[in-house]
Amino acid sequence: MLDEIVRLLDARLIGRTTRLEKRVRMACGSDLMSDVLAFIKADALLLTGLTHVQVVRTAEMADVAVICFVRGKQPAADVVELADSALIPLLVTDLTMYEACGRLYSQGLPGCHEKR
Amino acid sequence: MKKDDSISRLDAVAHTDKCALGKPDSPRFTKSQELVYELTVADAMRRKVITTTPRTLMSELREILRANRISGTPVIDNGRLAGVISIEDFIMWLAAGEPDCPIGDKMTTRIDTLFAHEPLIHAVGKLEETGYGRIPVVDKASGDLVGIITKGDIIERLLRKLEIDFHTEEIHRYRASHIFEDIMGDKVALTFQSAVKGQDFSLAGSASSRLKKTLERLGIDPQIVRRAAIASYEAEMNLVIYTDGGTVTASVQPDRIRIDVNDAGPGIPDIEQAMQPGFSTASEWVREMGFGAGMGLVNIRKCSDRMELVSTVGKGTHLRIHIDIHADKSKG
Repeated sequence: MLDEIVRLLDARLIGRTTRLEKRVRMACGSDLMSDVLAFIKADALLLTGLTHVQVVRTAEMADVAVICFVRGKQPAADVVELADSALIPLLVTDLTMYEACGRLYSQGLPGCHEKR
Repeated sequence: MKKDDSISRLDAVAHTDKCALGKPDSPRFTKSQELVYELTVADAMRRKVITTTPRTLMSELREILRANRISGTPVIDNGRLAGVISIEDFIMWLAAGEPDCPIGDKMTTRIDTLFAHEPLIHAVGKLEETGYGRIPVVDKASGDLVGIITKGDIIERLLRKLEIDFHTEEIHRYRASHIFEDIMGDKVALTFQSAVKGQDFSLAGSASSRLKKTLERLGIDPQIVRRAAIASYEAEMNLVIYTDGGTVTASVQPDRIRIDVNDAGPGIPDIEQAMQPGFSTASEWVREMGFGAGMGLVNIRKCSDRMELVSTVGKGTHLRIHIDIHADKSKG
């Protein structure tokens, strides 16, 4: 559940879509949108260090459930707006990519390759 | 913290709620009632909470409330919630003309709290019942303060939720999944085209976004829509990155989707090489954005059932993506 992820990552919700009961079945951490498009599954959490508008477009196309920006990076207003219109919740965590993935993985959230 | 009448009462919700609690099958069960049961306290609460300590002076309170534009704060002592101090307490203290003293002497210590997971209706009930302007939200296990909720927060959340639901309903209202049954003909195809601007990274993806929404409205299986959207988006990205623009044209028949992506140059000199995973001629700025890793065409092929790529250097490139609608093969 999304609220569990918010807690594990000490994350903040930004944007207007704040449905915390959204289900997240797996996660993928990458700064390479090409890889995200190729490997991520629907209903997954995307962790990334990039904050530009194409991250949201990628998530929209691939039916990504939630995007989490790592290392405290705050996306610009137009990025948040696009995520709102696509009804994709956005999180920001101060953790690094490695730590964020580690915390979630150790708590049992699988990667997109395992869950098939 | 005393009765808080300065904040307008949440009459609409609180009142109708009482009817609903008495008669759950009541035909007067409205959208806002439904939402206060569906949403949780965590959905509406404010997470960033301004707090004071029992040792903060009353004379300092005014500035804290003013600077943060709030009407009260939880009082935290050694990490534990010790009480709540509000603007009413401050006014009472001021009116009495008493000397300065710590907040601990004036705060309300009998505290009502809520848990983050409780349905929002509990917050509505508790605010109404106690007459308080704000209720601290604590973690069920640790008792730590995790947020605060006011009537204003609830109203704001409900309005936002209604707006989002309205947006979602709009898409459903214009569902057109029956369209193929309504149109007679031996062969029926629905064709729609979008222009794509080259080198404009901020607009990239909007054609594929529109395509995806249209396919969803046509009631096509979400897995197939997803594959079509990813393939189209990869192709659209290629138009933006490598060309001066082009068109994405989708043609939908009851049993298949065909996406044609055309541009007028520069063309691909060696298609076999371009199809190799990892081969890319993308410039540095594209790679910094997380694209141009030489996976685009490979991924398009993976998402499609068939793919044709024809290109002439200096003339242009024509990519045709076929996706079968009734195919069992679950790709992507």
